[in-house]
Amino acid sequence: MFPRTDDLLRALPELIWCGFGMLAMLLQPFVRSRHFFTGLALVGAVGGTGAAFVAGATPGEGFYGLIESDVFSFFFRLLVGLVAVLVVLAADSYLERENLPFAEFYALLLFATAGMGVLASARELLTAFIGLELSSISSYILAGFRRDSTKSSEASLKYFLLGSFATAFFLYGIALVYGATGTTNLGRMDDADPGSNLLKLGLSLILIGIGFKVAAAPFQIWTPDVYEGAPTPVTALFSAGPKAAAFALLLRIFASVPAATHFWFWAFWVLAALTMFAGNLGALLQTNVKRLLAYSSIAHAGYILVAFAAVTFMANDLNGGATPAYAAVLFYLLSYALVKIGAFTIVSEIGGWGEKNLTLDDYAGLAQRQPVAAAALSLYLLSLLGLPVTAGFFGKFYIFKAAVNSHLIWLAVLMAINSIIGAYYYLRVIVVMYMREGSAEAMAAAPVRFPVAVNVVLAVTAIGTVYFGLFPNQVLNFILQPNLIAH
Amino acid sequence: MIPTNYYIVLSAILFGLGVLAFIFKRNIISIFMSIELMLNAVNLAFVAFSQAMHKLDGQVFVLFVIVVAAAEAAVGLAIIILTARNRQSLNVERVDLLKL
Repeated sequence: MFPRTDDLLRALPELIWCGFGMLAMLLQPFVRSRHFFTGLALVGAVGGTGAAFVAGATPGEGFYGLIESDVFSFFFRLLVGLVAVLVVLAADSYLERENLPFAEFYALLLFATAGMGVLASARELLTAFIGLELSSISSYILAGFRRDSTKSSEASLKYFLLGSFATAFFLYGIALVYGATGTTNLGRMDDADPGSNLLKLGLSLILIGIGFKVAAAPFQIWTPDVYEGAPTPVTALFSAGPKAAAFALLLRIFASVPAATHFWFWAFWVLAALTMFAGNLGALLQTNVKRLLAYSSIAHAGYILVAFAAVTFMANDLNGGATPAYAAVLFYLLSYALVKIGAFTIVSEIGGWGEKNLTLDDYAGLAQRQPVAAAALSLYLLSLLGLPVTAGFFGKFYIFKAAVNSHLIWLAVLMAINSIIGAYYYLRVIVVMYMREGSAEAMAAAPVRFPVAVNVVLAVTAIGTVYFGLFPNQVLNFILQPNLIAH
Repeated sequence: MIPTNYYIVLSAILFGLGVLAFIFKRNIISIFMSIELMLNAVNLAFVAFSQAMHKLDGQVFVLFVIVVAAAEAAVGLAIIILTARNRQSLNVERVDLLKL
C-alpha cells in the first residue's frame, strides 16, 4: 500500500517542508543553539524549493487526482519557497532581539509553507481545504508569537476568530458545490451547468472564504490589526505567502469550474473596486508605517482582483485568450512578494527592540542616519507605486493591459485613480525619510547595524525588483504557456 | 424516508444561526462555539448530499472536517487562554488595542 514513486515526487516539496518542520520540533529539547535551527530551517526551505524542480519534472496528477503538478503549481511552489527562505533569514535576528523561541517559530513557518504549497497544487477541494487549514492554523500561532505582548495576542485572536469564520464559509461553499456537481474534484466539474443556482451559491461562499484570506473588501477588516500586531517578519510572511497561495487556489477554481458568466464578472468587478478604494483610502490616514503597508497590501489585492475580472470575462474563450490575464496575476504576485518582504524586513530592523519605532516620525531623517536602508525602502515603495524600472511597473502594466483587452475600461480607470491616491502615501514616506530632520536624540543615536542575514534579504529583494523591472520577459515567457493550468 | 431538501434546509438554518451568534455574541468562548456550529452545519450538508447521491466521498470529507476542527479548537483555545491571561477578560469589546 505504499504510494507510487511518481506520486511522492509530485508532492516532494511539501514533504520536505513538513519533514524539516517536524525535525526542528524533535530536536528542540536537545539543541540550544539558535544558529543550528536557523541553518536547519534554511536547509529545509531551500531543499523544498529545490524539490519543486523535481516535482515540476514529473508533471501530471498525483495521488489519484488529489494534487496536480503543472507549470502553475511549479511557479507557486518556487514563490512560496522563496518567501520562506527570505523570512527565515529576516527572522533570525528578530527572534534573538525579542528573545523568542526559535525552533517552534521555524517549525511553524515550514508547516505554513507546506500548507501554501498544498494549496497551490490542490486539484481537489479536499486537498485545498487541508492546505488552507495547514497554513492558516500555523499562521494563527505565528501571529501571536510575542506571547507577552497584548498587541500580538490580540492580533492572533482576531486572526483566529475571523479566519475560522472564513473557513466555515469556504467549507459550506464546498458542500454546496458538491451537492450541485456531485464531486469535489476540480478536474471533473467541466460538464456542470454554470447557470445552476446551487453552484453559484456554493462558489460565492467559496469566494467569501478566500476573500477573507486574501483581504478583499468588504472582508478586509482584520488585515490592518493582524498585520500591525504580528511580529514583523511574520507580517512579511502574511503579506506575501498565504496571499499568493490563496490567489493561486482562486485562479485554479475559476479556471476549472464553468464560471464564465456575467454573474462572476460583476462579482469580481465590484470586489476589485471596493478593495482598491478600501486599501488606498485607509492608508491615507495612517501614521504607523507597519499599518500603512498593511493597508497598501489590501489595495494591491484589489489590483490583482482586477485581473480576475478580466479572467472571468475571457474564460469562455477556449483559444487561451485568458492566459495573459493569468500571467498578469502570477507576475504581479511575484513582484509584490519580493517588495513586501523587503519593506517589512526594513520595518522590522528599524523598529528595534519591542517594535518601538514604527511611526512615520521615527523615519524622519533616515536618509542621513542610514542611507542604504532609506534607499532600499524607497525602491520598494516606488515599486509598490508602480514606477518604471521596478518590477511593480510591469506587474501593474500587465494587469492594466489585461483589463483593457477585456474592455474593462471603467475598472482600468478606477485602477489608475487608485494608483494616484497610492502615490500620495508612498511618496509621503519617502519625503519624510529624505526631507525631514529627525529628532535630536534619534540623530545622536548610533545607526542600527543590520545583520548579514538581513542584508542578504535586502539584496535579494532589491536586485529581484530591479531585475524583473528591466527583464520581465524571462518570467513571462515561462508563464505564458498554453498548458499553464492543467485541465 | 425524509427528503434531502429537509436536511439541507436544516443545515442552512444551523449555519445561519452560527453566523448570527458569531456577529452578536460578546463572549469569546461563545463566538468560538458558534464557529463549531457552522462547521457542523457543513458536516450535515455533506452527509445529506452524499446520501442522496449514493456516493461516499462526501462522508470522507466530513471526517477530514472533524479532524481539522479538532486541531483548530486546540490552537484556538490556547489563543483564547493567552488573551484572557494578558487582559483578564473574555469580552471581545475589551480587545481593542489595535484600531484605526
